Amino acid sequence: MAKNMNLQKCPMPVQEPDIRKNNFDEVALGYTYEMALEEAKRCLNCKNKPCRSACPVSIDIPAFIERVVNEDMEGAYEIISQSSSLPAVCGRVCPQERQCESKCVRGLKGESVGIGRLERFVADWHREHSKNAPKLPVSNGHKVAIIGSGPSGLTAAGDLAKLGYKVTVYEALHLAGGVLVYGIPEFRLPKIIVQKEIDNLKAIGVDIETNMVIGKVLTIDELFEMGNEAIYIGTGAGLPRFMNIPGESFKGVYSANEYLTRINLMKAYKKGAKTPISHGKNVAVVGGGNVAMDAARCAMRMGAENVYIVYRRSMNELPARKEEVEHAQEEGIIFRTLTNPVEILGDESGMVSGIKCVEMELGEPDASGRRSPVEKPDSEFSIDVDTVIMAIGTSPNPLIRSTTPGLETNKKGCIVTDGENGLTSREGVYAGGDAVTGAATVILAMGAGKAAAKAIDEYIKNKE
Amino acid sequence: MYKIIKKKSLNPTVSLMEIEAPLIAKKAEPGQFIIFRAKEDSERVPLTIADYDREKGTVTIIYQIVGGSTMELDTLNEGESLHDFVGPLGKPSETDGLKKVAVIGGGVGCAIAYPIAKKLNALGCEVHSIAGFRNKDLVILEDEFRKVSSELHIMTDDGSYGKKGLVTNALEELIQNGNQYDEVIAIGPLVMMKFVCLLTKKYNIKTIVSMNPIMIDGTGMCGGCRLTVGGKTKFACVDGPDFDGHQVDFDEAMHRGTMYREFESHARESACNLMKQEDNKNG
Repeated sequence: MAKNMNLQKCPMPVQEPDIRKNNFDEVALGYTYEMALEEAKRCLNCKNKPCRSACPVSIDIPAFIERVVNEDMEGAYEIISQSSSLPAVCGRVCPQERQCESKCVRGLKGESVGIGRLERFVADWHREHSKNAPKLPVSNGHKVAIIGSGPSGLTAAGDLAKLGYKVTVYEALHLAGGVLVYGIPEFRLPKIIVQKEIDNLKAIGVDIETNMVIGKVLTIDELFEMGNEAIYIGTGAGLPRFMNIPGESFKGVYSANEYLTRINLMKAYKKGAKTPISHGKNVAVVGGGNVAMDAARCAMRMGAENVYIVYRRSMNELPARKEEVEHAQEEGIIFRTLTNPVEILGDESGMVSGIKCVEMELGEPDASGRRSPVEKPDSEFSIDVDTVIMAIGTSPNPLIRSTTPGLETNKKGCIVTDGENGLTSREGVYAGGDAVTGAATVILAMGAGKAAAKAIDEYIKNKE
Repeated sequence: MYKIIKKKSLNPTVSLMEIEAPLIAKKAEPGQFIIFRAKEDSERVPLTIADYDREKGTVTIIYQIVGGSTMELDTLNEGESLHDFVGPLGKPSETDGLKKVAVIGGGVGCAIAYPIAKKLNALGCEVHSIAGFRNKDLVILEDEFRKVSSELHIMTDDGSYGKKGLVTNALEELIQNGNQYDEVIAIGPLVMMKFVCLLTKKYNIKTIVSMNPIMIDGTGMCGGCRLTVGGKTKFACVDGPDFDGHQVDFDEAMHRGTMYREFESHARESACNLMKQEDNKNG
């Protein structure tokens, strides 16, 4: 079949910025059937598959794209789902430009193949068209408990259930999905898609128990007493970090976790919602990651007139996914880079009235390899805002480490694991995702869940 | 779903519910809290555990109707169920090694103070309880406190029951009468806890307070419940809710507590209106 040698990716239809910044509907609309075929034909199906080695869950990318070219969408879906439990999610939220697409040969001259967009298309096609009911795997008689129903826990649960394990997932909140439901907003990842993925897991026999805070209502040791032979901890990121600058307790200062949880999980974006939230007119979001972009774009949709991203390095160092930065810019988010807050200002009633910042410049590279920002002398200035959202990361949750004797954690409080299989210092206890690495991405958490599921399977089999 | 085994009105705005939640009942300790959602689309609301029965598998909550969420909770009756009930959250109150303690409850805060007094009493500690209310009609848990305290002092703002005055008046009198307390535990409105702490600081008596700030998940994720304690940011849900009262920045906590006051009064009004409509329909 003739290859499509166009240097550019087939563009994906999106909601226009002026319209979408006033609604919570999905921004990117996905390829049509024809667009998917067109884009799939740009893949050269090269032998050494550099894209695949750059995928944290090693999806056989050229193989699934070839199926798309042959218009075998169900076949394409099967190939993806051999490696990924949540393709509709990953197609939307993976930072492809830093993973699979960064190694695509087509990217040497022109744009890489739109792998993420194709993955999304295949997953959506499957959801909308497939009549194949998921098959209930044959039980192998072993029980495993998973703590946390975010991307890491769901991946581990899916892989283990497919191998015949009886899997119970414990979720602390009233709804399963972890960051996919409380953190990532509707306009980037519609909740119905997450729900569908969870329904698929339930259909293959995974039990999900909500309102269960492990470490409180049950301990790890009690989960073993209940007959689980291995446990996977995928509890995600923890307590929000603050900057420890004056004024962080003024009314109108949020952690991004709180702001996004109110909007997403508690549905404060819907009219008549019972959860209160500040409808700031001028909002500063501190930080430059995906969470910061999500918070800023939510603030815009909640009716803000001016939304600022305040970030201490430059545009080049923004850790957020490229597409999110572009979308944020199109929606009118103002980027105040090389800017660092030093104080949050408040009025006499204790409400936020502004944010005092200093200008920064980039100095020598630090341990992370990024040039570290240095304060410019006498550069202080203020921005008038009524809401400040801190999106500068999290520190690990203490509930499990404080109730699990013998579970080793590092100085920061992250769970220590042995190499890539996720084994902790406790026999039969595995961990992965943000609980181990600190705040990272959905796909890395999924990769860790996948590796741990494999290790758990080997551990239990070898025990016999 | 979590079934309501018993519902009882304690005073015109405060009610008690015994909820079927065996796993939580098995682990609950005084000082810990639960989060409930009355219905599927309700807010998450934290409430401190008022009592528990490990054998029956029930947890008791006592709530004051203050806003939309507690009104909604109050519409549920015996035999019906709460949509969500999660816990036990937070750290239990520390009771080890205490020989003589003054336990102070203010208003509905008595519901939280009572299980601590009960546990201390069971551990052989001498408990002096002080319970403060605005007036006679609002007095709750009197018999319960009396059973677990060697002294109970009831104070009312208007003198309609017990003695007229504030809990701090009663505490100061007890101290001046020569009572030496290992610790004072004070639970009630922020302003009450603040003034108890100012008093005990003067007498250099360690004082524990139970903080009940705005909270969403209650598990150490959202950061809404942050407080300044000893100059550091602490999270009531995982670091507390009990804190050393002499270290807590009460003024800041009071400010932050008013964040959604306007929203709350709207919610209360609209909940009232909804109920009126229901009543009209039914009547």
